[in-house]
Amino acid sequence: MEHFIALVTKPDNVPIVAILFLIPYFIWLSYRQARQTDKAGVPSDAHLNDKVYVWPYLCRNEFVCAIIVMLVLGVWSIMIDAPLEEPSDPTKTPNPSKAPWYFLALQEMLVYFDPWIAGVVLPGLIVAGLIAIPYIDTNPKGKGYYTIKERPFALAVFSFGFIVLWIVLMVVGTFLRGPGWNFFAPWEAWDPHLVVPLTNVNLSYLFGIRDANTANFFGFVVVAGYFALGPIVYLWKHKTSDFLQELGLVRYIIVSFLFLTMLSLPIKMILRIFFKVQYIWVSPWFNI
Amino acid sequence: MNEERKGLKEKITNSDIWRSIFRHGYENTGRRYTLQILQNVWLHLHPPRISRHALNFRFTWCMGGITFLMFLVTAVTGVLLMFYYRPTAEYAFADVQYLEFDIPFGMLLRNMHRWAAHGMVISVMLHMFRVFLTGSYKKPREFNWAVGVILLLVTFFLSFTGYLLPWDQLAFWAVTVGTNMARATPVLGHEGPFAPSEITQSNDVRFALLAGTIVGPSTLLRFYILHCVAVPLLASALMALHFWRVRKDGGISGPL
Repeated sequence: MEHFIALVTKPDNVPIVAILFLIPYFIWLSYRQARQTDKAGVPSDAHLNDKVYVWPYLCRNEFVCAIIVMLVLGVWSIMIDAPLEEPSDPTKTPNPSKAPWYFLALQEMLVYFDPWIAGVVLPGLIVAGLIAIPYIDTNPKGKGYYTIKERPFALAVFSFGFIVLWIVLMVVGTFLRGPGWNFFAPWEAWDPHLVVPLTNVNLSYLFGIRDANTANFFGFVVVAGYFALGPIVYLWKHKTSDFLQELGLVRYIIVSFLFLTMLSLPIKMILRIFFKVQYIWVSPWFNI
Repeated sequence: MNEERKGLKEKITNSDIWRSIFRHGYENTGRRYTLQILQNVWLHLHPPRISRHALNFRFTWCMGGITFLMFLVTAVTGVLLMFYYRPTAEYAFADVQYLEFDIPFGMLLRNMHRWAAHGMVISVMLHMFRVFLTGSYKKPREFNWAVGVILLLVTFFLSFTGYLLPWDQLAFWAVTVGTNMARATPVLGHEGPFAPSEITQSNDVRFALLAGTIVGPSTLLRFYILHCVAVPLLASALMALHFWRVRKDGGISGPL
């Protein structure tokens, strides 16, 4: 437990601890406002046309906000010193070696995917997906106010991605990953000599396939089938669903691809943690 | 008494010195409030008037403004730190130690720079979360959302390049781990899938980032220049675009 307390109180981990309080607070704050809107209805135009002068009303708020933030920053800077460890030494690798805290969700993904997916393809798709959001979300409602009722799907997907796949993984990577990037509960001591049996097998092995070529083909079928779920749902539903009609085929393909890619992370996590699956598709060129 | 005070005030405000500093009086009118914004170099990005709900902390969380404030703090403290820091492997670590132990308020300066940088990363993530929750990326603000995403990446990169500069174990290994991903870039990284045989560890994309096959003195110099010159300039330009588009796209979002 002592090492965990030492870890949580480490100067560089202050932001993570702050996030643990800030995120729930802002979720609560926005949830309350969303509930209010959903009950009382969308604020009217008259509400929007109620204008005030920026000087002094907004400038005063900005000024007060800046003073408070500078006060917090000043106290933080006086109380807690920035870390400075020993001089850098390329021959002395610390265990665990961790990236800066804001990249730890990416480093955490490395447990479940090979570096080319976890470190390059998925981050690239995260950025592309974020930029694509306004162009694929055609729902005109819920602009400029908090609501849940009017855009449940968009909110659920983004909140899951941001809170679970980004913030929670970041916290896990910072506080619960020890030597060898093994998982340690807060009450467990970090054991650098911990022996972890490598019992993971590939998905094809679980299905009794032992031949490499068959396994390669099996993996291809599983991955292709997974991403084909999107088009299949479209063919099945597009005549009856107004939502799909409005979205259009191109947007739909992009949405379903990004959505399935995002879900592939929790799916792979579950397969790894509960079924000891190493790879889903093993090919001579890459493993997924 | 009151008359006397009024007379004194008039005497002061009519004096040559006063009038040489302040060009005109300050009337308490809407016109004056408008001009105050329009004529001010620092405030002219604001519109003269905004909707009342935009003043509400519960709506904006103030996170965009805090991010900008943190950027300004890091810019000012960063320039001051540059007076005491040499980006070479021989001196970098010693300069940070010197800064901490010998320079008056050196430790405070370094703390403020580091914590403001961390604060900026937190506030920029929360800003994005707020903008999503209020649906503020929707038409006509699609492009500004894209600029915001790039600014998020720029913020990460600013913080990441700065992380190396203390040149201690924490810095060295965090950057080593962070840049190791680039090895696995498909086609362009020497350990990535589909990499042609011409791509080796001394000409792949990681080499371009590190100026070497491991984090070394040339990486330090490269990250220093990226951190102090290139990325802040890029961030400033994108921020100018971001703020200008907020204004042009109809100011802060609201129900319409």
